[in-house]
Amino acid sequence: MKEKNLLKNPSFQAILTSLVCIVLGLLIGFVVLLMINPAGAGEAIKTILLNFLTRASAAAQMKALGNTLAKTAPLLMCALSICFCYKVGLFNIGAPGQYEAGACIGLYAALAWHCNWVICLILAAIAGAIVGAISGTLKAYRNVNEVISGIMLNWIMLYMTNMILSRKAVKDPASPYTIKLASGNKGALIPSAGLNKLFANNTTVTIAIPLAILFAILIWVILSKTKFGYELRATGFNKEAAKYAGMKEKQNIIVTLAIGGALAGIGAAFLFLTGYQEWSTTQTSVPGMGFNGIAATFLGGLHPIGTIFASFFIQSITDGGALINKSVYPSQISDLISSIIIYLCGFVLFFKFALNNWIKKKEKKEVSKVEGAAVKAEGGDK
Amino acid sequence: MDAPYAIEMVNITKRFPGIIANDNITLQLKRGEIHALLGENGAGKSTLMSVLFGLYQAEEGVIKKDGKEVKINNPNDANDLGIGMVHQHFKLVQCFTVLENIILGVESTKNGILQMDEAREKVKALSEKYGLQVDPDAKIEDITVGMQQRTEILKMLFRDNEILIFDEPTAVLTPQEIEELMEIMKNLRAEGKSILFITHKLNEIKAVADRVTVLRRGKYIGTVDVATTSKEEMSRMMVGRDVNMVVDKEPAKPGDVILKVENMTVASKLHSNNAVKNVSFEVHESEIVCIAGIDGNGQTEFVYGLTGMEPLVDGKITLCGEDITKESIRKRSRLLSHIPEDRHKHGLVLDYPLEYNMVLQRYWQPEFTSKAGFLKRPEIRAYSERLEAEHDVRSGQGPITIARAMSGGNQQKAIIAREIDKDHKLLVAVQPTRGLDVGAIEGVHRNLIKERDNGRAVLLISLELEEVMNVPDRILVMYEGEIVGELDPKKTTVEELGLYMAGAKRNVFIDGNTPEIEESEVVDNVREGRDA
Repeated sequence: MKEKNLLKNPSFQAILTSLVCIVLGLLIGFVVLLMINPAGAGEAIKTILLNFLTRASAAAQMKALGNTLAKTAPLLMCALSICFCYKVGLFNIGAPGQYEAGACIGLYAALAWHCNWVICLILAAIAGAIVGAISGTLKAYRNVNEVISGIMLNWIMLYMTNMILSRKAVKDPASPYTIKLASGNKGALIPSAGLNKLFANNTTVTIAIPLAILFAILIWVILSKTKFGYELRATGFNKEAAKYAGMKEKQNIIVTLAIGGALAGIGAAFLFLTGYQEWSTTQTSVPGMGFNGIAATFLGGLHPIGTIFASFFIQSITDGGALINKSVYPSQISDLISSIIIYLCGFVLFFKFALNNWIKKKEKKEVSKVEGAAVKAEGGDK
Repeated sequence: MDAPYAIEMVNITKRFPGIIANDNITLQLKRGEIHALLGENGAGKSTLMSVLFGLYQAEEGVIKKDGKEVKINNPNDANDLGIGMVHQHFKLVQCFTVLENIILGVESTKNGILQMDEAREKVKALSEKYGLQVDPDAKIEDITVGMQQRTEILKMLFRDNEILIFDEPTAVLTPQEIEELMEIMKNLRAEGKSILFITHKLNEIKAVADRVTVLRRGKYIGTVDVATTSKEEMSRMMVGRDVNMVVDKEPAKPGDVILKVENMTVASKLHSNNAVKNVSFEVHESEIVCIAGIDGNGQTEFVYGLTGMEPLVDGKITLCGEDITKESIRKRSRLLSHIPEDRHKHGLVLDYPLEYNMVLQRYWQPEFTSKAGFLKRPEIRAYSERLEAEHDVRSGQGPITIARAMSGGNQQKAIIAREIDKDHKLLVAVQPTRGLDVGAIEGVHRNLIKERDNGRAVLLISLELEEVMNVPDRILVMYEGEIVGELDPKKTTVEELGLYMAGAKRNVFIDGNTPEIEESEVVDNVREGRDA
């Protein structure tokens, strides 16, 4: 009986279905590896899964883990952006655009205006929020689908960011990248507060990581415990009922996408203000961070806390994929495997549905069994 | 020899977690009869029909067609057995024509090209045979609800269905359309079709049905002949106790003016004309005023304007002496409670639990939200439990039941509980008994009268003639967006009311003055004008 109750528990279900996706994704990935070269397939899949654990020394392992964590923080912020909007009934596929805006203003403030990291972070959040609010306003007042306006803004923001970050004050004249923060403005680097010591002096490990986790908890609290969250979710479920109850449903849509935008903007700051990498002003594709956030959201069971683990997992297999033996497998294989898993994350809801159906069927059988027994016990009382 | 029953459902039992929706129910439909299925909301009618239609599988019991046992695993099986259904909410493609909707799914094609002529002939023949007038080339979005329903009926006939299920077919029709439908059903019976008629309107059962099977709370109560059973007996079977069919109330003692509407004009979303034109009236405390009229004559838009959901084009609304014409919905709700017309669209957040819906109009108040903006969950839970107990709102799991999982009647009870319990001076109740059964309707009417006796002003918007005649102290008739008549329910008749509702008579003019002409004269004039 207990076991069945556990199966019915929605949180347990969410975790179970996510695990099913991961296992299936790995299986399919494994098959692909087998088809290319059966000999190294086992080794390759192990590398993807173990990621940093494949490093030789403990110190190297910690350093690699630090790198994965440093990239998990921005991914988590993007996932939170999408998760938050999704709970309000909006699909924020514009997260990459908001992320770009955050990177643009965050880096520009750091390098051109020499702001310190707190100011840069806040400006990045504001930039993301403005881009989100554009989609929100169009949705609220002109009923423009946020997916359409979001995708278009992704491209608009990409080229605007390339343009703005190509200016003399921020771009390294010798490369297509922006100036390294370490040389341009040390004060804009997010402080590590000693965390780097835990990861073999990996300087990209900063307080961005715990901050991102705090944001996840904050989003969860806002959505489930506050009046604000009550209103936003009501608006997401039923705009008309929200209006009837005197909520400002249009304003709620704008505010939601603005908050989503701010989260994505902060996500960008969490990557570029750690000095992990610089913005390439010649890139012609929308950064994958925002899109991977969609996968992390679904794999995390659409729960802010779940996305913490999902983000780490997705970042870990992505990094692990980069370590596969490139002489045996083409270099694209790592991306392929992680994208298969990410793709299957989209099936989380489907697996949940299938699980519930299975439980229902089983229950039906048991109820009739139990009742049959009861009738016998009563001696056909009725 | 043929078995006497077209369809039999014998000892059907269907369980859901925590509830037995159908407990050993037997339903036998004779060939060529109209068989009514009567029961309160949540009595198990829909579940039983879903079992018949293959949407659910019963745990126990068998279904027999012409005496032979059959298995119905999905709606396709049901179709193959000649079972067709007109759903309460029509399943029509709005931008398709009547004909296209009828053939949808059974189109005949030649080299991939649709063959419409044959179908058109068949539809024509069918509509003549059964008196179902429709224009096969009209688009669904352009025709009346009654015609849409006839399209649904034709859909069943086109598929040569022998067993026709009508799921509360009259809920959306005008009195005239209801009468036409009754005729159509009789025609179908005369042609040998067997009809299952799901309803909770006793008048309609009396009018057309041969026999009636009554369900109550998932249990089979009995099957009786309609001709030899009185309405009172039927309602007792359905509700399990005597139901007061006449609304008991003391004469009204109207007090001060609570609501004053002056020259209200509201734009229409459907056309360029105004949906509400120059409407003026007052509602006093301790008084129930009813706006009567056929659906679609501006009542919905009027309520939107009054409650602040749509802006006014012109006019002024005064509530308790305050000009609220430009106030927000939230501000108005301090003095105004609103039972909305569409409980799914406006009244409830269906994916929220019941407790969250119970505080939908007050969640921001200090009682339920702390100063820091956190919801006070224990208080919300306790409040919901109190309202559920006081208003007999039944649900599977109490406050945490998702509203979507509740029966329509209990959803409505929850809304009424919420709106009556919150502070207000004026209660706007828009079709509060829509889709409810006799027992629940009685409860709603009692609540409205209690509201009145507690000194509230009540504005009832209703399409049900019986309700219009029995509940209010004053009737205003709305026709094409105007108030065309003010009547005293004690002095008027249903026939007279019908004339006002159809626009054939009026005694209120734009300037608000009652004219000096004899009423009958006006009628004659209008009639002559129409004939000419």
